[in-house]
This record gives sequence, structure tokens and C-alpha cells, in this order.
Amino acid sequence: MSAQATAALPTADAWRPSQARRRWSGWLFYGLAVLSTLLGLVMLGALLYDIFTDGAREVDWHFLSNYPSRFAEQAGLRSALLGSLWMLAFTAIIAFPLGVGAAIYLEEYAPDNWLTRFIQLNIANLAGVPSIVYGLLGLGLFVRWLALGRVVLAGSMTMALLILPLIIVASREAIRAVPDSLREGSYALGATRWQMVRQTVLPSASGGILTGTILALARAIGETAPLITIGALTYISFDPNGPLDIFTVLPIQIFNWVSLPQKEFHSLAAGGIVVLLVVLLTANSLAVYLRYRMQRRLQ
Amino acid sequence: MDNVKSLPRAQPAAVTAANEPDGFQFAGSRRDSLRRKLVERSVHAVLFLCAVISILTTTGIVITLLGETIQFFGEVPIVDFLTGTRWTPLFASKSFGVLPLVNGTIVVALVAIVVAVPIGLLTAIFLSEFAPARLRGIVKPVLEVLAGIPTVVYGYFALQFVTPILRDIFPQTQIFNVASAGIVMGFMILPMMASISEDALRAVPSDLRQGAYALGATKFEVVSRVVVPGALSGILAAIILSISRAIGETMIVAIAAGLQPQMGFDLLRSMETMTAYIVQVSLGDTPQGGIEFRTIFAVGTLLFVMTLVMNLLSDLLVRRYREAYE
Repeated sequence: MSAQATAALPTADAWRPSQARRRWSGWLFYGLAVLSTLLGLVMLGALLYDIFTDGAREVDWHFLSNYPSRFAEQAGLRSALLGSLWMLAFTAIIAFPLGVGAAIYLEEYAPDNWLTRFIQLNIANLAGVPSIVYGLLGLGLFVRWLALGRVVLAGSMTMALLILPLIIVASREAIRAVPDSLREGSYALGATRWQMVRQTVLPSASGGILTGTILALARAIGETAPLITIGALTYISFDPNGPLDIFTVLPIQIFNWVSLPQKEFHSLAAGGIVVLLVVLLTANSLAVYLRYRMQRRLQ
Repeated sequence: MDNVKSLPRAQPAAVTAANEPDGFQFAGSRRDSLRRKLVERSVHAVLFLCAVISILTTTGIVITLLGETIQFFGEVPIVDFLTGTRWTPLFASKSFGVLPLVNGTIVVALVAIVVAVPIGLLTAIFLSEFAPARLRGIVKPVLEVLAGIPTVVYGYFALQFVTPILRDIFPQTQIFNVASAGIVMGFMILPMMASISEDALRAVPSDLRQGAYALGATKFEVVSRVVVPGALSGILAAIILSISRAIGETMIVAIAAGLQPQMGFDLLRSMETMTAYIVQVSLGDTPQGGIEFRTIFAVGTLLFVMTLVMNLLSDLLVRRYREAYE
């Protein structure tokens, strides 16, 4: 019986032919995986190379300080840059306190009940709503219903709602990373919950909260579609001077130039993109630096 | 001075209240404690309101979209909207069949998925199973840069870099075409696809891998027959989320895919997506009160429902693999 079973098993030689194939397919697969990873990196390289060779020579003081124009050689980014700054400032003023407040509530106050779970589900889903739908919301709610018109404030409020989920998620993570021993220590000294949050949790979590907020604001700088939907204009030849002025922003100006048929305007678009990417790179570096400093302090 | 005087009075309160911390008053007077309670209550209320903003946002989206959409369906039968194959709301002879826009949206999303899923999955496998920790530490953040680039930049890249290449290879390619928008969109969603898949792959316990190695499996066999099947629900979630992102993406298609609503699958021709249509109307001089303008809310509602369903589905799948392994 046992001799029969042994005889039925293949000998070691029987494995040999398939072994070569198995080894070969392993290498092939490894090659494909490396190639795919490289492909993503190469595409990023191609994109940056293409844009900087097209646009870097457009960027000079003249380009930054002139209004847009029908004549490509006179056109500049001035009103778009100022519009982006105004929009960004009010977005930050609105979104930062709301986002951090919601995060504090969900991490430190919220009871574990259906309402809390509903809020959390809601935030997760809002993060996945296409940005252009936020534009329709802003158009219906702020531009028309509140009758603000197509002004900076309407754009900022729309953008604030759009980046709120990002700020909340990042702030919650930062708050959760604060060790409980700090909270208990604060309570032991007689602090109320808000005193504990304000004096212990927030200072420890501030690095993470700031990093998340900067990244969220970086997203707002590059976002185009919702602002087009609420009706931010494409051609502005004066400085926006406050929250109730009509405005345009950097990405809309770029979009406008890309859409024109003349080649000279395409170079201007590339120049605008270079400026946009430099702004984003600065914001991201700041976020990375803050995270690095925070990590060092915690260690 | 006030504090010192109140001390003797507060002392007994502190002693009697030893087992109920709420009555603890050693440090301050009664008025102080009242003020603290008031501050606590109002802070709690304000923070709660901040959290409720998210519900209000969703409610706002639903009301804004539905309000206009219901009015729209008062003039155009919903069946005509959902089944019609001609979309000409801005022409003299109006026709409100949304299918050409849906067709365009799905074709572009398919191209993006065909690019993003294999490359993203293989990248995730490389990062999670093959790459040494240091290399992963470099590659991952660099790939994340792709996710941080504004979509208007991708639109420029598609129109100015990818389209000319396509036109060199296939001379019949139109200036605005689905292929270049879809390919570039694929690279835009690649980091998300890779990062969610990688999370799912890494959540597969290493016992399973080691068990397979012990049975004599090669690395490829371990990955393809143990790790990937084990992470399948997470990978599916990543794919669905990628589709959802591709459907909602606006600027790439508005710049590079053109504004011609039409049926069909010819990737080298121009097609209009739902998002590109909303941009087209927003930029034009369509009067805001009319039915022409209302179309963007009807299209927006359809877009919102499509992405919402997919996001919920992917959320469900992610929860399943978390439950399975944690």
C-alpha cells in the first residue's frame, strides 16, 4: 500500500522542467512591476520637463505685474494672482476654524451614537463628491440664494466647503496622535475639558493640523472647475480689492489661455503653470518642513 | 483676595464632593465654577455646530441640485432625458437626451481606468512586495506629487504634449480627442489607485505569505495566488474609487476632449463629458433663468448620484477587508 503511494508520487526530476518556467515568469513579473513604477515617474518627469521648457522663459516681472490682454506679448497674471490671494485668504479664514472645530468635536466630545456615525459617514462621502458639484452648490447657495454675486467671498465659501473634509480628516489624525497620558495629566490638575483641549491637546497637535491645513489650501489654489461654475470671470483687468469684488484666479487664467487657438497664448499658459507649480511647491515644502519639525519635537 | 476669603467656605464642599468630581470647587469660588460651566457648555455647542456643517453641506448639495432638477423635469420628461441620444439644449431645435454626455464620460473614464489600474496595481505590488523600505520611502512621495498637480495642468499636458504624439502615430486623430484626455487622466488617478491598493496588499498578514513560501511557492506565485486574492476587496475598492474620480474629473476633459456630445467609442474623436458640459454652459452667455441653464443642474444631479453610489460601494468594500484582517 505505502509502496504504491510512493510510486505514484513524481520524482524530483519531474519538477525540473516547470521550475525554469516558474523562475522565468517570476522575473518577468518583477520586470513588469519595476517598469510600471518607472512609468509613473517618467510621466511626471515628462510633464514637468514639457511645462518648464514651454513656460519658464515667459516668467518675468512684466508677466507677473501686467493685466491680461488681447496681445500675448503684453498679457500678464496680475489680476489672477491677486484674485487667488484674496480667494485663498478668505477660504483659510472660513475653513480653518470650522475644520479644526469639527475635528475637536469628533475626537474629544462626540458621544458614540448614530448622529456621530452619520456625521463621519457624511464627511467621508463629501471628500468624494466631484469638485464641480461643489461649484453648483456655490452657484445655487451663495451666488443666487444669498445673492452675493460672482464675488471673491462666494468663491471662498464654496472652496471652504470643498476643502473642509480634508482639514477635518488631517486634524483628527493629529489630535488622535496626542497620547492620552497628556489628557489625563491635564484632568488631574483640575482642568475642565475645554481647558484640557486648549492647553494640552491643541498645542501638541498644532503641527499636524497646520500641515493638513496647508495641504488643503494648496488644493484650493489649484482647483478650477467649481470657480468656473460659480461664474468667476476669465478676463479681469483691474485689481480685486476685497471680498465683494468680482475676480478671477490663476488656474482659470491658465485655462483661458489654453483654450485660445493662438500658439503665443499657449506659451503664456505654460508660464502661468510654472508660477502655479512654484506656489504649490512652496506650500508643500512648508508642510513637509512643519511635519519634520513636529516629529523632532515629539521625539 | 477674593480667592483666599472663599477658601474656608469652599473647603467643606470639596470634602463632601470627594466622590463627585462635578462639585469640586477647591480652586475657585462658586461664581468661577458657574462661569466655567457656561464656557464649557457654549464651547461644546460651537464645536458641535462645526461638525454639523458637514451634514448641512450635503443637505445643501441635495436641495440645490434637486430644486433645479425638479423644475427641469417639469419641462422635459425624465424618460426623454435618461434615454434620449441627442443632446442639443443650446441649439435652436432643442433635444435633451443625456446619453451622449454619459457615453463620453464613460469612454474617457474607461481609458483612464485601463491606464491606471494595471500600472497602479503593479506599482502597488512593487512597493509593497519587492521594494526595500528606503526605496519605497523615496518613490511613494514622488508619485504623490502626481496627485497634487492641479488638473488644469494635466489638461495643458494632454492637449500640448500627448495629443501631438497621438497625431504623429494616428494621423486621423482630432485635435480634441478622448484618448489623450483619458490617458493623462489615468496618470492623474494612478497615485490614488496605487496607494489604496498598497494599503490593501500590506493588510494581508505575513503568515499567509510565509505559509505559501513554506509550500515551495516562488515570489510570483505568492503574490499572484495569495497576496492579491487576499487583498481583492481592497483592490476592487481602489478601482471603483478610481472610476468615480475619473467620472467627476473636469478640467482635463474640458481642455483636451472637446465639446461635441456624441455616441460611439472612437477614441480618436472629440466627445463631451457631463463635467465638460457644465463648464461649457458656465463659461457661455446662457441666461440663468431658462431651461438651457437648468440642464447643468440635471446633469450635475446625475453626476452626483453616480459618484455617490460608487463611493459608498468602495467604502463598503474597504470595510470588508479591514474586518477580515483586523
